Amino acid sequence: MSARTAQQMAHQAGDIALQVTNLATRFGSDRRGATVVDGVDLALRRGRTTALVGESGSGKTATALSIMRLIEPPGRIIAGEILLDGTDLLGLDEEAMTAVRGARIGMIFQDPLTSLNPALSIGRQIAETILAHEDVSDAEARRRAIELLTHVGVADAARRVDDYPHHFSGGMRQRVLIAAAISCQPQIIIADEPTTALDVTVQAKILRLLHDLQQEMHASLLLITHDLGVVASMADEVLVMYAGRIVERADVDTLFHHPRHPYTKALLACMAGIEDDRGEPLEPIEGMAPDLTDPPPGCRFAPRCPQAQDRCRAEEPQLRAIAATQEVACLLVQPEMADG
Amino acid sequence: MSSPAVVKEDRRVAERGSSARPQAATARFWRIKSFCRNRAAMIAAIFLSLVALAVIFAPLISGHSPDDADNLARYAPIGTPGYILGTDQQGRDMLARLLYGGRVSLLVGVVPTLTAGVIGLALGLLAGFLRGIIDQVIMRCLDVVFAFPMVLLAIAIAGAMRAGAGTEIISITIILIPYFARLARTATEGVVPMPFIEAARAAGGSRVTIMLRYVLPNVFSPVIVYATTLIGLMIVVGSGLSFLGLGVQPPAADWGAMVADGRVVLRRAPHVTVLPGLVILAVSLAFNFLGDGIRDALDPRTIRR
Repeated sequence: MSARTAQQMAHQAGDIALQVTNLATRFGSDRRGATVVDGVDLALRRGRTTALVGESGSGKTATALSIMRLIEPPGRIIAGEILLDGTDLLGLDEEAMTAVRGARIGMIFQDPLTSLNPALSIGRQIAETILAHEDVSDAEARRRAIELLTHVGVADAARRVDDYPHHFSGGMRQRVLIAAAISCQPQIIIADEPTTALDVTVQAKILRLLHDLQQEMHASLLLITHDLGVVASMADEVLVMYAGRIVERADVDTLFHHPRHPYTKALLACMAGIEDDRGEPLEPIEGMAPDLTDPPPGCRFAPRCPQAQDRCRAEEPQLRAIAATQEVACLLVQPEMADG
Repeated sequence: MSSPAVVKEDRRVAERGSSARPQAATARFWRIKSFCRNRAAMIAAIFLSLVALAVIFAPLISGHSPDDADNLARYAPIGTPGYILGTDQQGRDMLARLLYGGRVSLLVGVVPTLTAGVIGLALGLLAGFLRGIIDQVIMRCLDVVFAFPMVLLAIAIAGAMRAGAGTEIISITIILIPYFARLARTATEGVVPMPFIEAARAAGGSRVTIMLRYVLPNVFSPVIVYATTLIGLMIVVGSGLSFLGLGVQPPAADWGAMVADGRVVLRRAPHVTVLPGLVILAVSLAFNFLGDGIRDALDPRTIRR
């Protein structure tokens, strides 16, 4: 099974900080609803960056929110296991889960403009996270907030700690959110499209910061993005998600140079590079992502896949290893090795 | 009030001593500062303080008792020696009546509004934040209260108890709670889906923390503004209850009752009606300005540095 191969891909079992197995999350009722995360397996390794890519609605954010157990009813996690240091997060009560959020898993959100409370000073918001998890005085929490702000590159932090979110630009607000997310030294950082709302020059700086912090803390970073440029510059390992399922898993070089799943290939064909001198226009992927309230039988990409055959529409492909560092869920891809 | 020059000087001092300035007090400091810079709110606050002081120390200001009828000095106009604001149709000193009446009017305007504001805010916040069955129970109960016309319900409640200022206060409090609760619930519903609430949860904030630290501060402003606009209205509603014999009993009167009493002699002695009317107007306006000032001071976006 893919969970086992994922483990094999890690050098040692102890290397894995977070192991997600067969995660399924469903929105809506049993009869009329959509399973937006459908049997996802993933492993985050210490000190490594894992990118989760896919188009809008593919279940990337739902996967992240499921790991944080922040799925709001009527959404719910219907199956799976999320192991953090041997504890299944899905088995924890709400109080224990609250102790995990922010302290052991930090999360950075997409829109820095609305992810900060407009009524609290930024220092106070960082301090709130610290105070929620550690028994320290207000003054100590504030001192650490200033330290963290300095650390993430907010100039003159001692003065700006009392400023309110609206005093900051988007990039600076994202720095503040990052400071809050790492305030309790979490071993896992989930960044959900951390640069999507920022302009390009700021994006690079924020990514650099995330990368440096992750290295320095030796933390696992789960980077959710639809921007393959971000993936190329940041990730060690890449998971490609389509319609609630992981369709390809590979290390970053393999993925960009030898993509195997037709969806991954199509994604890469949509990507414009600066040194791109081909005279052809970019190729959009034909068709629409499937309606998850009524998913197509067989491979979910089949209706849009240029190579689809009859059996693709009948048989569900499983994620299987086709090379040492690559797994693909496609019936048409043959393993490169003698045996996966 | 601080002059612009003083303000500028203060700002410079504050900036120079920025790293050393007291920590927890800083936000409050800027809020007070922002409030002080709002001229209309400042004037309103001073005016209301003077009115409150005058009402409390009424005996020191007017030598007359509000109920002493001087039959020889009926309908005395404004400026009559001994009766600065004149007398009414029974020869009672208008100044004394305004001051003593103000005790009732201010109490009836302020106390129920604040009490109902706190209770309504709490109920609306709980309903909007917790949703589900608690929301249904709270809001449907309040809908029952809401379904009655405001004054009619106040009359019913006041009628069931002994007439007096206390009864007035209790009945007005009860009729106001659903108004505040609805406002607070709506505001809460607007805040809860905001990404910063999810971010706070992802940071490990407990439900109580999120409700009190993240939702409440963002719900506070509309409630404050609403409360201050209601104070003026409640002074009038209280007067209505008195007029119907359910509030303070004659010969005592609040401002609204004075307006009502004076209407029969409006042609002969307009000041008997106009004076309390103007006082109600001025006090209501002042509360509105005060509310705007407090709202602005609480909203970090309007704090200038």
